[in-house]
Amino acid sequence: MSESRTLTMAQAISEAIAQEMERDPGVFVMGEDIGRYGGIFGATGGLLDRFGAERIMDTPISETAFIGAATGAAAAGLRPIAELMFVDFFGVCMDQIYNHLAKNTYMAGGNIRLPVVLMTAIGGGYSDAAQHSQCLYATFAHLPGMKVVVPSNAYDAKGLMIQAIRDDNPVLFMFHKGIMGLPWMAYFEGSTREVPAEPYALPFGAASVVREGRDLTIVTLSQMVHKAVLAADELAREGIDAEVIDLRTLVPLDRQAVLASVGKTGRLLVVDEDYLSFGLSGEICAIVAENLDAVSLRAPVRRLAVPDVPIPYSRVLERAVIPQAESIAAAARALCASSLRQAVPA
Amino acid sequence: MRSRDVALPWMYEKMVEIRHYEETMAAVYLEGKLPPKIQKGLAFDIGSGPVPGEMHLAAGQEPVAVGVCAHLKKEDTVVGTHRPHHFAIAKGVPLDRMTAEMFGKAAGLGKGKGGHMHLFDAEHRFSCSGIIGASLPPACGAALAAKKLGRDCVAVAFFGEGAANQGSFHESLNLAALWQLPVVFICEDNHWAISVPKTSATSVPRVSDRAPAYGMPGIHVDRNDAIQVWEAAGEAVERARRGEGPTLIEVRTDRYFGHFQGDAEVYRPRDEVARLRADDPIPRLAGQLKKEGLLGDEERARAEARAKARVDEAFAFARAAEDPKPADALADVFV
Repeated sequence: MSESRTLTMAQAISEAIAQEMERDPGVFVMGEDIGRYGGIFGATGGLLDRFGAERIMDTPISETAFIGAATGAAAAGLRPIAELMFVDFFGVCMDQIYNHLAKNTYMAGGNIRLPVVLMTAIGGGYSDAAQHSQCLYATFAHLPGMKVVVPSNAYDAKGLMIQAIRDDNPVLFMFHKGIMGLPWMAYFEGSTREVPAEPYALPFGAASVVREGRDLTIVTLSQMVHKAVLAADELAREGIDAEVIDLRTLVPLDRQAVLASVGKTGRLLVVDEDYLSFGLSGEICAIVAENLDAVSLRAPVRRLAVPDVPIPYSRVLERAVIPQAESIAAAARALCASSLRQAVPA
Repeated sequence: MRSRDVALPWMYEKMVEIRHYEETMAAVYLEGKLPPKIQKGLAFDIGSGPVPGEMHLAAGQEPVAVGVCAHLKKEDTVVGTHRPHHFAIAKGVPLDRMTAEMFGKAAGLGKGKGGHMHLFDAEHRFSCSGIIGASLPPACGAALAAKKLGRDCVAVAFFGEGAANQGSFHESLNLAALWQLPVVFICEDNHWAISVPKTSATSVPRVSDRAPAYGMPGIHVDRNDAIQVWEAAGEAVERARRGEGPTLIEVRTDRYFGHFQGDAEVYRPRDEVARLRADDPIPRLAGQLKKEGLLGDEERARAEARAKARVDEAFAFARAAEDPKPADALADVFV
């Protein structure tokens, strides 16, 4: 039973859903083009043939209605998975997400359970421009009441999806298009992994150390993990030993993993495909700043993220604003060359 | 299902309960909000008193709630609006915990975290929302769950005529008809979306006229009358229970209070409320029940006393209940 195959992240997500649907008849999927098409990014590939249209439900283009219906069905005892095709489309349905799905449990004093998985595609890098290329995970992580899962590879994606479906709370499951292993979009091969055939759950709030190193910590997630590893390989040739942390989930956030690594290296670079200001990179830096009584820095913290502009269309422009392996390496070099100002005497 | 001779007296008692609840709340709500306790120059302080925050009362709209809920079982789902008390009371939500919620107490339905626009009772399948038009999608979901689980349950979404211009209304009607969901959409047309009259906001005279566009029956109840609502809703609920799909019912109803307590109501003619109150549906139902021999004077007096006592007990419970501890604010984000 410990058979293991190489799966793309899309295949791993679809397998996780299928195994939970077999285990629990209350699990079903709703979304646009998730049936015959198998999900635009493949997350529900093969499920319609296996489970039928009663449980793999193509919806009208009515995100407010079907995401709100997921909330209602969950309150009535089912475990819906709803797919928001691109996270960028949250604008047409955010009220049902953050004012209802995310808040109702709290406003009910914990007396209702809303086990909904809202899965959605994130990320750019293929010239899809400002309305189809965002990450926005920090927007959802900022709002209380949703767990936020952002896997970087097939192994993690399967285990985290199974955990998401079993969780009694709303979970936003965000998959980057550029690591799904689609036959029509270049992807990072590191995202395609050996995946055990049997079901397994990975806990939320546990970051992984993707690469160990002594000189600096690169905290990142999703597709950026792969770019950070490429950068780390390049840096290693120059004698800079980078540690790469994959956060895997933002809510809950593994603050200890960040502090443990930065405590070891003394240098923090946050690499983020979301917007720079008021987001993930600031949050990670704040964790370190609030714990400077416990960890020591050898250099100021540094952030690399989309510089507060919409994602541009032109390949040249898009590459300029989304962090790349080269820009990550450059930021790491600059970080290692910088130092702290002398402490002010008391 | 309740027969007419059982349903109508029940509806009467519930209407009295709702009216007494709302009138009691109107008085309690003012406690601590008026001078001289508050700053000079303020007419009213919304954040003071034992029941702070916005307060939307439903006096006058009782027929809609009781006429529909008389057809519902405990397992049926109701999703209400920002003006939710009449629905909650008619659905059987415990009055004591509901009132404690509005007093912000730990014994409240949501441990004091929701307040009057956010009442959740999983046991009686009741919820509501402060967002206009937000009741329809989750009602579709509850109906979908009933269908998937093979239960003969229905879901009811209540909403105002103002909500009929929200996208959620249109998306939900399409989805419900497309999937033939056991859901009943009830539009309370009290004519006013806060201050904007229906004629200034809605492209058709009747919201129910929109139903055929989505492939479902649209019923218009043109009088604020409990028996008329009960008759229309009965057909719609049974239709849904039989698996024949959704219905949209619009009821012409009346709002006796302002949009919220403290509303100066500059937008409506000064004599409008007096005119509406002259056609009060509660004494009208009493007269009809007497005429039909369903509720005599003595029985009626007993029903009224029971209803009022339940309300008074609930307010006493809420007043006496404990406040939550400040640290409790951090709990219940997740279960």
